Amino acid sequence: MGNVPSAVKHCLSYQQLLREHLWIGDSVAGALDPAQESCQLSGLPEYVKIVEVGPRDGLQNEKVIVPTDIKIEFINLLSQTGLSVIEVTSFVSSRWIPQMADHTEVMKGIRQYPGIRYPVLTPNLQGFHRAVAAGATEISVFGAASESFSKKNINCSIEESMERFEEVVKSARHMNIPARGYVSCALGCPCEGSVTPQKVTEVSKRLYGMGCYEISLGDTIGVGTPGSMKKLLESVMKEIPPRALAVHCHDTYGQALANILTALQCTTPEKPVG
Amino acid sequence: MATVRKALLRRLVGLASLPAVSISSGGTFPKRVKIVEVCPRDGLQNEKMADHAEVLKGIRKFPGTNYPVLTPNFKGYQAAVAAGAKEVAIFGAVSELFTRKNINCSIDESLQQSYEILKAAQAASIPVRGYISCVLGCPYEGKISPAKVAEVAKKLYSMGCYEISLGDTIGVGTPGIMRDMLSAVMHEVPVAALAVHCHDTYGQALANTLMALQMGVSVVDSSVAGLGGCPYAQGASGNLATEDLVYMLTGLGIHTGVNLQKLLEAGAFICQALNRKTSSKVAQATSKL
Repeated sequence: MGNVPSAVKHCLSYQQLLREHLWIGDSVAGALDPAQESCQLSGLPEYVKIVEVGPRDGLQNEKVIVPTDIKIEFINLLSQTGLSVIEVTSFVSSRWIPQMADHTEVMKGIRQYPGIRYPVLTPNLQGFHRAVAAGATEISVFGAASESFSKKNINCSIEESMERFEEVVKSARHMNIPARGYVSCALGCPCEGSVTPQKVTEVSKRLYGMGCYEISLGDTIGVGTPGSMKKLLESVMKEIPPRALAVHCHDTYGQALANILTALQCTTPEKPVG
Repeated sequence: MATVRKALLRRLVGLASLPAVSISSGGTFPKRVKIVEVCPRDGLQNEKMADHAEVLKGIRKFPGTNYPVLTPNFKGYQAAVAAGAKEVAIFGAVSELFTRKNINCSIDESLQQSYEILKAAQAASIPVRGYISCVLGCPYEGKISPAKVAEVAKKLYSMGCYEISLGDTIGVGTPGIMRDMLSAVMHEVPVAALAVHCHDTYGQALANTLMALQMGVSVVDSSVAGLGGCPYAQGASGNLATEDLVYMLTGLGIHTGVNLQKLLEAGAFICQALNRKTSSKVAQATSKL
């Protein structure tokens, strides 16, 4: 489409354009420039809550063990970006996830800004109690829509995991601690291949029924496409209201943003045309 | 480089492109999407292009596959025809500054050049495709009005271009802006004659393409291995990777006629020749399997 000298990046108009597109500087999260209102599409939400999982899901997969003080500083920086939910760490055994071995120190070390939520993963009751002792005020439980993945990832069947989570969520509710539920392999499993929307719906319904306020549907291996995302959501939305749903899309095949766009469109009713 | 380019094209053929079919309305997707592979030109553009005649003469032309070449001016058009081109592409822009910086003339002068090419091409029964750059934002002028894009698209279409490819040259567009732009253009040009060419500079290419498909567009430009880079942002990604596009379309049940395996091989081949990593996520993921 033509070669242009690199000096153009210094062009004021280009910088202005980027500022507008990247909402740098003047805008508050969620606020729209009135001139942009015409871009508000029907069938898309006015506000999207972003759940930042970098410190947990992100770091969990990094080979290099990040020092505790770096993790704390990272989370503190994220707290200043306007994000309203930041997943801090996971109270799992360090044998399974060495990166999260410092969960207690990180949880105690971060600055908890008012108005921001800091959920942590708690796979069982022991992890839950440790999390609460370390200052956690929100927890997450992590199920799977695939038996093989459940066994491989958390060493038990889906049913066994649900029983564990029931205990955790019950204890959390007793203490007025909100619990979020994750369903992994929602669009495909590395062991089993395809996963039916019905299975995902079943697991999601179970988690929602036991008291999870929100269910995050995870395309764990990033194999989903807008088509499979739409089918999945149509199935899950029969049992769970859209406002209680979230999506967690991996970008392994470059599909994440397109899948998210589809999810936003699927879960927002069209505005009536007046 | 000519040898490499010829070899790449040899590998890319056999990846048949099918004509677009008429689009269903009401927010559903087209049944078929035509993919226009721009890697050998837009992708490799950063390399020397002086060998264009040699490449065009040297490649094997498979039946059922089109081989359009870009001809920015009348001289280029004549050289292309002499080298055996059976289809040409011209480009127009919606930004006066961009046109001046890019091809050293005004929009009107460039449209005049396009008109000369179209007249000659029509006389020779050579189809002409029109490209419009900066449709969602310009590095010099900033915001671009959808009305302006519609105006230029209408001009190129009425001059005789059989298809207009709308390019988000600097990749700044997002789905909402894409939708606004297409709404305006579709008032002037039938959607069956429209294509989108999204750059992935800010990671928005596939989402923008998806929006275009939902609007009824059924022709998409992409580049194998996501080759192309961005002259405006050092190190940033360039074109939408064809592999990632095919992956999405296949998942949607949309027919493309493209063999993903052969595409991956072509991508691996050119990346090796260029000594660079692929920008396609699908290629990265499948190479680890």
